Amino acid sequence: MNFRMIFNNIGKILLIEAALLFFPLLVSLIYKETNQYAFLITIGALLCVGVLLCLIRPKTKQIYAREGFILVGLSWIVMSLFGSLPFVISQEIPSFVDALFETISGFTTTGASILTNVEGLSKSMLFWRSFTHWIGGMGVLVFILAILPNSEGQNIYILRAESTGPQVGKLVSKVRFTARILYLIYLGFTLLEVIFLLFGGNSFYESLVTSLATAGTGGFGIYNDSIASFNSYSQIVIGVFMLIFGINFNIFYLILIGRIAQAFKSEELRWYIGIIVFSVVTIAINLTLSMEYAFHIALKDSFFQVSSIITTTGFATADFNLWPNLSKCILLILMFVGACAGSTGGGMKVSRFVILFKSLKREIKKLVHPNSVSNITFEGSTVDENVVKGVNGYFGIMMCIIFASLIVLSFDKLDFETNFTAIVACVNNIGPGFSLVGPMGNYSCFNDFSKIILSALMLIGRLEIYPILLLFMPKVWFNK
Amino acid sequence: MNIVIIGLGKYGIFLTEQLSKENHDIVVIDSKQELVDEVVNQFDVKGYVGNGASYVTQKEAFLDKPDLVIAVTSTDEVNILCCLVSKKLGVKQTIARIRNPEYALQAQIMTNELGISMTINPDYNTALDIFRIIRFPSAITVESFANGKVNLVEIKVESNSKLVGKSLMQIQEKCNTHFLVCAVERGDKVFIPNGSFVLEEGDYVYITVSAREVNNSFKKLDIIQNKVKSAMIIGGGKITFYLASMLLDNGISVKIIDNDQNICNHLAEQLPKALILKGDGTNQKMLMSEGLEDVDALVTLTGMDEINIMISTSAKSVNCKKVITKVSNNNYEAILDITGLDSVISPKELFADNIIRYVRGMNKKRGSEFKTLYRLVGNKVEASEFLISKETKYTSIPLKDLNLRKNVLLACIIRSGKVIIPNGNDTLEPLDSVIVVTSDFIVNDLIDIME
Repeated sequence: MNFRMIFNNIGKILLIEAALLFFPLLVSLIYKETNQYAFLITIGALLCVGVLLCLIRPKTKQIYAREGFILVGLSWIVMSLFGSLPFVISQEIPSFVDALFETISGFTTTGASILTNVEGLSKSMLFWRSFTHWIGGMGVLVFILAILPNSEGQNIYILRAESTGPQVGKLVSKVRFTARILYLIYLGFTLLEVIFLLFGGNSFYESLVTSLATAGTGGFGIYNDSIASFNSYSQIVIGVFMLIFGINFNIFYLILIGRIAQAFKSEELRWYIGIIVFSVVTIAINLTLSMEYAFHIALKDSFFQVSSIITTTGFATADFNLWPNLSKCILLILMFVGACAGSTGGGMKVSRFVILFKSLKREIKKLVHPNSVSNITFEGSTVDENVVKGVNGYFGIMMCIIFASLIVLSFDKLDFETNFTAIVACVNNIGPGFSLVGPMGNYSCFNDFSKIILSALMLIGRLEIYPILLLFMPKVWFNK
Repeated sequence: MNIVIIGLGKYGIFLTEQLSKENHDIVVIDSKQELVDEVVNQFDVKGYVGNGASYVTQKEAFLDKPDLVIAVTSTDEVNILCCLVSKKLGVKQTIARIRNPEYALQAQIMTNELGISMTINPDYNTALDIFRIIRFPSAITVESFANGKVNLVEIKVESNSKLVGKSLMQIQEKCNTHFLVCAVERGDKVFIPNGSFVLEEGDYVYITVSAREVNNSFKKLDIIQNKVKSAMIIGGGKITFYLASMLLDNGISVKIIDNDQNICNHLAEQLPKALILKGDGTNQKMLMSEGLEDVDALVTLTGMDEINIMISTSAKSVNCKKVITKVSNNNYEAILDITGLDSVISPKELFADNIIRYVRGMNKKRGSEFKTLYRLVGNKVEASEFLISKETKYTSIPLKDLNLRKNVLLACIIRSGKVIIPNGNDTLEPLDSVIVVTSDFIVNDLIDIME
């Protein structure tokens, strides 16, 4: 285990976090708020610890999959601990557990909040909350890979541990350039959304903060009713951009270099669009028939909610908690499906679901023809059996984690729907669930212990289980 | 540069490693998932699983149009097809590994008619390298530059040598001869020496010397040069065939030992002048009865590194005069140091050198024309040849006034066909070819060696 390399890299991450905190500090100065000290103290603390950790010189730069996982897992925890300091120091979120929950929810792009009154927070704190979405969406380590001239081949392990999906590949030969391209696409779309929202008559602050939260597919709103108070044009813009950020970034790269035909051949993209169209139409019809909505309003609300849930953003324009059962059920399933692999969205990922579905189909076929040999194809080529096993295992572990946390959470005396959907919404990085944690509710009803469990679930979901799970394996730490 | 490597065998993986060290953007293609995974995990390259000779695979794998495609799958025909397909996709430069001697003869057609930029026959290159060593048996390795006008010779300083304890300046004065020591390997360390460097017993010394002066210089350095008149080769592969032909053409008698009746028959047919023996090369008794002690050189070329090392080590123990060993796997470097085998040839490294030489030559950034590259001392030292095409700020200035970087040595200047071993008063002129020896950094342009 190359601990020196891990600590050295965590040091770098803390320094970058210190640099990123200058942005909310700037916001605070612009709006002449009195909370600058909260950011300055945090920056100071980050610099001290960061520089100290950077002084640890690694003996070799060699790292393997194991180190990659541990590095990613540890750094996200450390980053969240420091990121919650501004809330606590400024006393805007006085409880440390609450602040930590809010920050982890930010970095993991979940968007679950313990705040009962979001509008009570100062503008700089609201900016920082949404900015954590943007940072966490693509990942800080990927950012480090993009800017540091570190051309060791083993960096692929870091990229893999932080990026999402069953198979993480590179866009171009070098990890560094891959990371740069990812960030450029990310930045480009974010700016585009800001411009579109400005055209909708929103203030620059509203546009920017909302775009940051959309880009990371996070879902922290700056108003108590989330996005409902925005005009219809802005709602549609946000809805479309949520869908864009839920698409695999490889596809944008292919389009950028002019391989449009190859990009649209993507099987995952087709499934993604198919699932969305099906859900939007079904829910719209369901709403029109049972809730007496006008069809076009039902369609708009249904589109926005489906887009928000499948990309695991968690914005809301309507209280879907009050919707009929069929609609709620579809949304619950979408929570599990999640966005495409290689996007900023969470959830199980469309590609995992497609592979899982195909492997189940094969198992059933095997019962009928025990000797049949068949491969699973995805994106035009055969999927390696190890990947299929990985996907099945991932699904299995995910279910175990969900049921185990369900038991732990039932010590809190809340209803089953609240508990279950809170877990699903956290582990899939969505944010709102149903009942008490519905789009118009929040997570303040849980006790501190449950909040910590839910925070851990958010990290598990964002980092796709293993980096966090490995941190708790004694073997990783003691067996050299 | 964007480089695509098709085929991840021994050669492909080694090449990927070497080229990724030179900071190129590399995509590797192989049909085996495990091999691609292994390479992508080890080096900063992109992997693609599929048949490299297929148009569809290449089209999907080439996101940026590559500058160079290198086909090193195990089959010649596939390599040729890979290059042809790439050519159709608009790739300018292609390299194919061609091992079959029948195709090797039509190299001209391959480049002119089929448009493959270069075909490399690693077996032939290896044979040529061994042949050079056999011609100068006192040397451990011999490289040639400038169309064979200059040799770079590696020798070992023996305990009874006059060189022990002498500084390079003293040796130069005493011998009054035109050669230059450009690198010394001592233990794990490599030095690019200056005049006050003192040689010790057991040092490996690299000398540049004009090809005509080799024998003369050896005499002055008190190194006895036995001409090789007979050679024994163990193992009857393709390298053996090429090597034996070269040796026989130069009047050196050749004995070839192989275990396989078919191979023996085949060789006997193709090399009527050679003595072909069927037998086990590890059988010490048989080797002795065939005169192992009397042959001037023993070359072990079986397909197994382990067997080559064993036979060579035991031959060393019976004082065979010159032992050359082929070792393909570089995992054995540590063991080779213990066995004391010095003339070790690695076809894989020779092959990679050839390609890197070509790739560096393609580098458009260079100012002076880069010509050839040799890597010495287990890749720790590089000797590169440049052509100075025009007046630059470093021409016409005495070398002693040029501000050269540390660990750089101008080993040789070739001016209008004449070899100059430079001293401080010599100058660089336009149209000179220059050989530069460096350790610890890569020279792409002559300007890189100035501070």
